[in-house]
Amino acid sequence: MATTGTLAAFATALATGAVEVVDLTHTLSPDFPTLVLPPEFGQCAPFRIEEVSRYDERGPAWYWNTITLNEHTGTHFDAPVHWVSGRDLPHNTVDAVPPRHLVAPACVIDVTAESTANPDFVLEIAHVEAWEKQHGRIPPGTWVLMRTGWGARDAKAYANLREDGAHTPGPSPAVMRFLVDTRDILGFGTETIGTDAGQAHHFDPPYPAHYYLHGKGRYGLQCLANLDKLPATGALLVTPPLKIRGGSGSPLRVLALVERT
Amino acid sequence: MTTPLTPPKRKNPLQRTRLPVLPSGIRSRTAHLLTQAAAEGHFGLPACSACGAVHYPPRDACPKCLSPRLVMKDVSPLGRVAAETIIRTSTDAYFRERMPWRIGTVALDAGPAVIAHLHGDVREGDRVRLALKLDKSGQAVAIALPEKETPNMGDDPQLRELTLDPKFRRVLVTDARTPVGRAVIEALVKAGAAIVFAGLPETWKPAAGRDAIAALDRVEIHPLDVTDTDSVQELAAEIGGKVDILINTAEHIRPGGLLDRRGVQMAREELEAGYLGLLRLAQAFGPTMRFRGADGTNNACAWVNVLSVYALTNWPAYGAHSASQAAMLSAAQSLRAELRPGGVRVVNVFSGPLETEWYQPVPPPKVAPSQIANAIVDALRRGLEDVYVGDIAEDVRARLATNPKAIERELG
Amino acid sequence: MAAFSTSPRAGYDGVVVAAPVTVPYRRYSINSAHWWIGRALRGLCDAARLSPADLDGFSVSSFTLAPDTAIGLTQHFGLSPRWLDFIPMGGASGVLALRKAARAVQAGDATVVACVAGDTNHVDSFRRTLSTFSRFAQDAVYPYGSGGPNANFALIMANYMQLTGATREDIGKLAVAQRANALHFPHALMKKPLSLADYLNARPISDPIHLFDCVMPCAGAEAFLVMREADARAHGLPFARILGSIERHNAFAEDVIQYRGGWAVDIDALYAQAGIAKGKVDFVETYDDYPVISMMQLEDLGLCARGTVAEFVRGNSFTVDGSCPHNTSGGQLSVGQAGCAGGYLGLVEAIRQLTGQALGAQVKEARVGLVSGFGMITYDRGLASCAALLGSA
Repeated sequence: MATTGTLAAFATALATGAVEVVDLTHTLSPDFPTLVLPPEFGQCAPFRIEEVSRYDERGPAWYWNTITLNEHTGTHFDAPVHWVSGRDLPHNTVDAVPPRHLVAPACVIDVTAESTANPDFVLEIAHVEAWEKQHGRIPPGTWVLMRTGWGARDAKAYANLREDGAHTPGPSPAVMRFLVDTRDILGFGTETIGTDAGQAHHFDPPYPAHYYLHGKGRYGLQCLANLDKLPATGALLVTPPLKIRGGSGSPLRVLALVERT
Repeated sequence: MTTPLTPPKRKNPLQRTRLPVLPSGIRSRTAHLLTQAAAEGHFGLPACSACGAVHYPPRDACPKCLSPRLVMKDVSPLGRVAAETIIRTSTDAYFRERMPWRIGTVALDAGPAVIAHLHGDVREGDRVRLALKLDKSGQAVAIALPEKETPNMGDDPQLRELTLDPKFRRVLVTDARTPVGRAVIEALVKAGAAIVFAGLPETWKPAAGRDAIAALDRVEIHPLDVTDTDSVQELAAEIGGKVDILINTAEHIRPGGLLDRRGVQMAREELEAGYLGLLRLAQAFGPTMRFRGADGTNNACAWVNVLSVYALTNWPAYGAHSASQAAMLSAAQSLRAELRPGGVRVVNVFSGPLETEWYQPVPPPKVAPSQIANAIVDALRRGLEDVYVGDIAEDVRARLATNPKAIERELG
Repeated sequence: MAAFSTSPRAGYDGVVVAAPVTVPYRRYSINSAHWWIGRALRGLCDAARLSPADLDGFSVSSFTLAPDTAIGLTQHFGLSPRWLDFIPMGGASGVLALRKAARAVQAGDATVVACVAGDTNHVDSFRRTLSTFSRFAQDAVYPYGSGGPNANFALIMANYMQLTGATREDIGKLAVAQRANALHFPHALMKKPLSLADYLNARPISDPIHLFDCVMPCAGAEAFLVMREADARAHGLPFARILGSIERHNAFAEDVIQYRGGWAVDIDALYAQAGIAKGKVDFVETYDDYPVISMMQLEDLGLCARGTVAEFVRGNSFTVDGSCPHNTSGGQLSVGQAGCAGGYLGLVEAIRQLTGQALGAQVKEARVGLVSGFGMITYDRGLASCAALLGSA
C-alpha cells in the first residue's frame, strides 16, 4: 500500500480527523416534504418504504424493504435533462454525468439572516459580489451553495405553503445567468425543496435556476442539510447520484470533506 | 321506557377483555332475500309472484300454490305482538351472555306470524313495526319496534346489538383533509360520539377547514397518511385500542379513462389512496377492532368505506378511478368476512359524483359532502351494510339490478 | 274436476303389538345410537325368543344415527328385512311406526316387524342436534336466542294459558302427578318427589316455562314388535290389539299461534274406527315434551269438551290410581327424553299396561288405552300429530 502521495496523505487526514466528513443529507423518510405541483400535473412521489420481511415468516433471518420514490424526492441531484432547456445536450442524463464532476469544491453563500426575515428572499448579483469581496472570486467548476438555515425548520415551515404556493428563498434570473455564464459554476445547491425560489413560477423566465443551470449542462442539488457546518470556501463535495438509465436525477448521499485546523 | 345509556367508564386495564361470540349465522340461500333487505334497510317478505301470497319463513315453493316464482315484496311492517317470552337461560353461547332476552310472536297485518326480537318498549298485545336488521353474525333477524319512536329508543340493549350507533363510541375518520371527511367529523360529533380522531395526511401542507375541525369539541387531530405504512401503524399503535368505529374517507379522485392518460403514475396514486390505503388500515386497525367486538358499551362495531358507486360498474369518464374503487370494494368485501368473527360490520357507502372539486364539470345531480355524512350516521344508527346516497347511486343500483349490460353501454 | 272418493278406514283386525322393550336410560352415553338400537333389537329377540333372522321387517327412529339411516343398520346388525322404514319424527315416531308396520303385516309384506327408537346423548349432542334440526329452525328460530325449542313453547304456553284460563297450578298438576307415577317406575331418571310448590318455585327458563316444564335429554331406546295375532299366540307372547289410529301433519296452519293439533280434525274418526265412545279410555299416554302440550292433547283427544280443559284438569286426578291415569310410567318429564325413543315411551308403556306387565304401578283393569304422538317443531309449532287406541287381548 502506498504511504506517500496525495491520496495517502488524504487517507491519513481522514483517519486523524484533520479532514472531517460532513453529511449534508436529510434522512429519507415518508414524512419529508416534497415539491407540490398543481394537482392536474404529475406529482413528485413521496418516499415510501414497505417491509419485505423482518426475521419472520416472510424471511426468517433477514430484514429488507422495497422503497418507492421519485428521482427528486428528499436530498437529490438534478441532471441537465431534467429541464426542457437541457433536453438536447450531450451527456445530460444522470447516468452520463462524467464521474470527475462528482467530486468538486463548493462555495457557501450565507444568507440565513435575510431568509429568516423574508421567506421570499431572492439572491441577487449584488449578494454574490459582496461575498466575493470577502472570500475571493468564485472559481470555475465549483458548486455554489445558498445557505438559508431552511434545513432546520419543521416540515410545515420548511414547505411553507400558503394559498398562493410555496414561500421559500431562491436565486433571481439575473444571478443565475451571472453564475453560469461569467463564473462557469458546476452547479447550484440549496437547502430548500428546489433550486428555485418558492414563487419562481412568477419570475422571467420561470424557474430561472433550472432554466439556466440545465440549459448550460450544469447540475442542481436540493434539500441539503448542515450547510452551517461548512466554511465559506474550501469544502469538497462528493455528489454521486444513482446510475439510473436515462434518469433525470436521483436522491443521493451528499458528503462534504472539510479541513479542520 | 328505555333507560338512557350512560357514558361507559374507562376500561379496566387489568381485566381480561370479553371475546366476541356470535349468534347462529347459518342461513339457507333463500333466507338471504332477507339479508339483502336488512343490509339496505328495507322491509319486505317473501311472496309468490303467481298467486300473491306472502309467507315466512322463506321457502322454495309457495305454500299456497307451489309456484317456485318467489320474490321479496314490499309489505306493511305493522303487526301485533301475539305472545312474548323472556328467555332467562340458553344453551346458545352468544345469548347466554346477554340474558334475559325477550322475543315474541308478531302477527303481521300482511299475514305471516314472525318470531322476532322485542324492543324493550313493546309488550304483548302492542301494535308494533317490524324491522329487518343484521345481527352480530351479519345475518338478518326481525325485531319488533314501537310503532312510533320512543325516547332513547336506540339505547335499548337488544336493539343496540343490531345497530352501530355512534353514541358514546370513539370514531376514527381517516382523512380530515377532504370535504367529505370534514363533514363526517362534524356529523359524528353531533351524533354523540365520545371522541372523533381526525386523521390528517401531509400535515406540512395547509388544510382547508383544519382550524374549524380542531376547534370542535371532542375532536383530536392526528397525523395519518393511508399511503404511508409507517404513518398508519404509528397511529394504530397510539389509538388502535380505542377505535370503535373507523370511517375511511381517504380519496384520490381524478378524471380519465385508460387511454387519455399517459403512464400509470396517476393510477398508482389512486390505488395507493384507495385500495392499498384500505389494506394498510385493515392490517393496522382490523385485528384489534375484531378482538374488541364484545368489549362493553363502546365495543368496536363498524368499519365504513366511502366509495364511488362506479365501483359497481365502471364509468369510463372516470374509468381509472372507477377501477381503483372496484378494487377497494372487493377488498372491503373480504374485510367484511374477515371482521365478521368479531361481530364488526363493514359498511359500504356508495355515492355518485360529489359536489367537490374533482367532479366540478360534471352536471347535477351531485352529492354534497353533508349528504354523505348524514347517510353514514343514519346507516350506523340503523345498522345498515350497503348504503346508496343520492339519485345517481340509486339509479345505478336500480339499473344494475335489472340489466348490468345495459348500464355498461349507457355509461360508455 | 271430479273429487276423489274417500274409502272407509280399514281396521287392524288380526294385527297386534307385543314385546315391550326399554333399554334403561342414561343421562350421558359415550356409545353411539347404533349401540342403543342394537341393545333394543337384542331385547326384542330375548323377549320374544326369536333370532335376528326372524325379523323380516324393521322400522327405525333416531336423530343421532348420522351418517347412517335405517339401511346402514341392516348390514350393521346382520338383518335382511323385506320391509324397511326410517321415521326420524321425534314424538310422533311410535304411533307412526305402528301404523305403517301394521299395514305391512296386514298386507303380507312382513311377518314380524321390529319397531325400534334409540338415540344417544353425548355431552354436546343435544346442542348439536338442535342446531341442525330443520331449515326453518336454522333460518327463523336459532338466531332468536333460546338455542332450543324452549322459547317457542314458552310462546305457545303463554298464549294457551291466556286462551284457556289454565294457570301454572293447573299445568303443574299434570307434572306433579307424572312424578308420582315415575317414583314406581324403575327406569325413571328422576327419582325425587315433586310437589306443586317445587314446580311453581322452580328456576325460570323462558317465561312462563320453568325448570319442571322441561324434559331432560338422555340416551336410551324403546322397542316393540308388530305381528299377526295368530303368530303372537303361537309364540305365547302377551299382546295388545290395535283398535284404531290417526295421523295428520301441519294442521291448522292458519292459527297464528298453535293451540290445537291435528287430532282435533280426526279424533271422532279414531273413536269410530275403534268403536269406542269418545273419551272412554282407561288411561292415556300423551307426548309430554312440555306439560302444557299434554294439556292441549287432553282437550284435542276428546277427554273433555273443547274449551273446558282447565276445569277438566282441576276436577280430575292423573296418577295411576286416579280418575284419569295419565303418563303412567312418569312420561318423559320424569323418565327422560331419549330422542325419538320419547315418541315410543307412551306406546311401550301402553302395551305393558294392557298386557298386565307394568314395571311400575299398574292401572287396574286396563282394557283400552289411548296413546298420542306429537312433535317436530321446526318453526313455531309442532307439525306432526298422531294417536292410537290399543286394547287388551
